[in-house]
Amino acid sequence: MALYIKGGRVIDPANGINKIADVKIEKGIIAGIDDYSGAITEADEVMEAAGKLVVPGLIDIHCHLREPGLEAKETIATGTRAAARGGFTALCAMPNTKPVCDSQTGVEFVINRAKAAGLVRVYPVGAITKGSEGQELAEMADMAACGAVAFSDDGKPVPRSDIMRLGLQYAQMVGKVIISHCEDPELAKDGVMHEGYWSTVLGLRGIPAASEAIMVARDILLAESVGAKLHIAHVSTARSVELIRQAQWRGVNVTGEVCPHHLALTDADVEGFNTATKVNPPLRTDQDREALRSALNDGTLTILATDHAPHTAEEKACEYNYAPFGISGLETAWPLFWRELVESGVMTLPSFVAAMTVAPAKRLGLPGGTLSTGVAADVTIIDPEYTETVTLENWQSKGKNTPFVGQTLRSWPVATIVGGRVVMRDRQVIG
Amino acid sequence: MAWQHKDLLGLRGLAKQEIELILDTAAPMKDIIGRDIKKVPTLRGKSIVCLFYEASTRTRTSFELAGKFMSADTVNIAAASSSVVKGESLIDTGKTLDAMGTDIIVIRHAASGAPHLLAKHVKARVVNAGDGAHEHPTQGLLDLYTIKERKGRLEGLTVTILGDVLHSRVARSNIWGLRTMGAEVRLCGPSTLLPPELAITGVKVFTRIEEALEGADVVNVLRLQLERQKKGLFPTIREYARQFGLNQERLKRCKSDVLVLHPGPMNRGVEIADDVADADFAAIEEQVTNGVAVRMAILYLMMGGSGSGAVH
Ligand SMILES: [Zn+2]
Repeated sequence: MALYIKGGRVIDPANGINKIADVKIEKGIIAGIDDYSGAITEADEVMEAAGKLVVPGLIDIHCHLREPGLEAKETIATGTRAAARGGFTALCAMPNTKPVCDSQTGVEFVINRAKAAGLVRVYPVGAITKGSEGQELAEMADMAACGAVAFSDDGKPVPRSDIMRLGLQYAQMVGKVIISHCEDPELAKDGVMHEGYWSTVLGLRGIPAASEAIMVARDILLAESVGAKLHIAHVSTARSVELIRQAQWRGVNVTGEVCPHHLALTDADVEGFNTATKVNPPLRTDQDREALRSALNDGTLTILATDHAPHTAEEKACEYNYAPFGISGLETAWPLFWRELVESGVMTLPSFVAAMTVAPAKRLGLPGGTLSTGVAADVTIIDPEYTETVTLENWQSKGKNTPFVGQTLRSWPVATIVGGRVVMRDRQVIG
Repeated sequence: MAWQHKDLLGLRGLAKQEIELILDTAAPMKDIIGRDIKKVPTLRGKSIVCLFYEASTRTRTSFELAGKFMSADTVNIAAASSSVVKGESLIDTGKTLDAMGTDIIVIRHAASGAPHLLAKHVKARVVNAGDGAHEHPTQGLLDLYTIKERKGRLEGLTVTILGDVLHSRVARSNIWGLRTMGAEVRLCGPSTLLPPELAITGVKVFTRIEEALEGADVVNVLRLQLERQKKGLFPTIREYARQFGLNQERLKRCKSDVLVLHPGPMNRGVEIADDVADADFAAIEEQVTNGVAVRMAILYLMMGGSGSGAVH
């Protein structure tokens, strides 16, 4: 018996497919994309997908699942439920847990917990330095050998250029990408929002745009000099985009990602001191947002990621200065990206789907991201016409820290299939 | 006209008529302060809590007296910012004060936006007595009142705000209030103490004091936080005094009837010369008196008083 997804618009950018067709899944594997109307028997399961989009399972290469150590914010179990509801079939978990995931044990812990949760795939990202303290390299080769897919001290930069250079060299040796959180710690010190008109009006300490761009420039120069693979996390400024674009012209192996909130919001949204808008890098200006859009349009930036950063309600219910940085983003990523990139015509549908599937997979060498025959059946079904108002009632993440509550968004994932198993259907997480 | 808002969190966004209402109400209040027996029964039975997370004898006493002159019961809570790093304490404290029947909470806090957070969680009315580098609306209003009292008007005046604008909530409130009332606002200070983006509509920015003072009607000298020098925001206090200190010589560039303001306490000889601070054209003590009057007006209006000026 097989599972058929019938009559949807199948978009598989990896194979250049964009057509109305049926997807056949057998034994958890993609068995083909075709017109199967004559082949379906009573024993088969059929998911009607007319009017919907059928795409490879979404992959988020940047999220925070908080386990071990910060389980009040999120666990691998709750984080993967949030992922399933958001249409994601695979996640890369950043290592800034407690303790930091900087060893084989840490990597194995995440893999085992994810297996036990059993909902979506979780790929651990290992730390570049021990404890992410920026002083000594972590055991990257060991971590790579047991399943770390990339390395990052995300949450903070690697302040020392010599250490960053060593990290890039070492990652290059084991064939992995360094994901860099670009921020000059001295320039950004004590900052809580973008430095500009609104930080002036609100009297909040600003984080200058240059604090990001300076480190983007440094890391590009280091990656270039050692021939390493560099990926810039959560690109937020126009100047960073420019630096990445120029580096790519020179042939530097550098990519970058954009988060939904940096497209959907600006620093003006901090007015009112809602701590749900406190995020690092901070919400920037309209011009920065425009630069991110054009970079996604012209292919300078090719990857969309959530930087899902859940926190407890208590931690966010305080003065802006004291609140932790982060937005819980897995459950609203697709409709926000859709509004900002598809409805506004910034990206074509296939390139948009690619940015959430095959592009991240290829960049980190992950399985998935395509609907090729013979691969594990990770599939997401989207209803582009379905509208829903964001409420916390059905929210799966423990982190209720979203500034999007009350917004009515169009285009939502309505089914998530991992390895042929339906883990979300009709907006309800199963299992 | 009556006060329409639940709280007073800042001058940004207040309408001209609202500011006028407060200034007009402050005038009869000032009369009460001048009386032998400074007590009217206007706010009898009302309770006001001054919740200060930052020490400020001046502002706290001013609010306290304002309440007492109108027969309100006033209570002070001095909470150290360091012991209350978590905001749930602020919300909890607010809820507790609410449950005790507090009518008005006057809050001073080192974090910008703290009064907004409190206001969202309490039924009591909240008055911002200074939040971080954001706003200090009652100081702004007392400055406006003092200028209007001396000059007879606000519209069309040129007001130069001198000093550490970047960290100054007094400057922020002044900018919004003065702009709303139709005054021209100039900002002057070392570039390291000026806001990073100067796009605040209609405000002119100078780093040379001589230019900033040219033809000014009013100079509002901000208090220099001397610890900023230790943080390296300007090279030395000596150089600051030479480059940006207000003295008689520099004041000659202003209009002949210039008015000098300072929110106090002053660093004499640093941001302001002794003979300037004590001169007749300075209204620094008057500002203190007007501060009580303006705060009386605000408490009165917030407790349902109308702006008719009828104070028993
Ligand atoms: Zn992150």
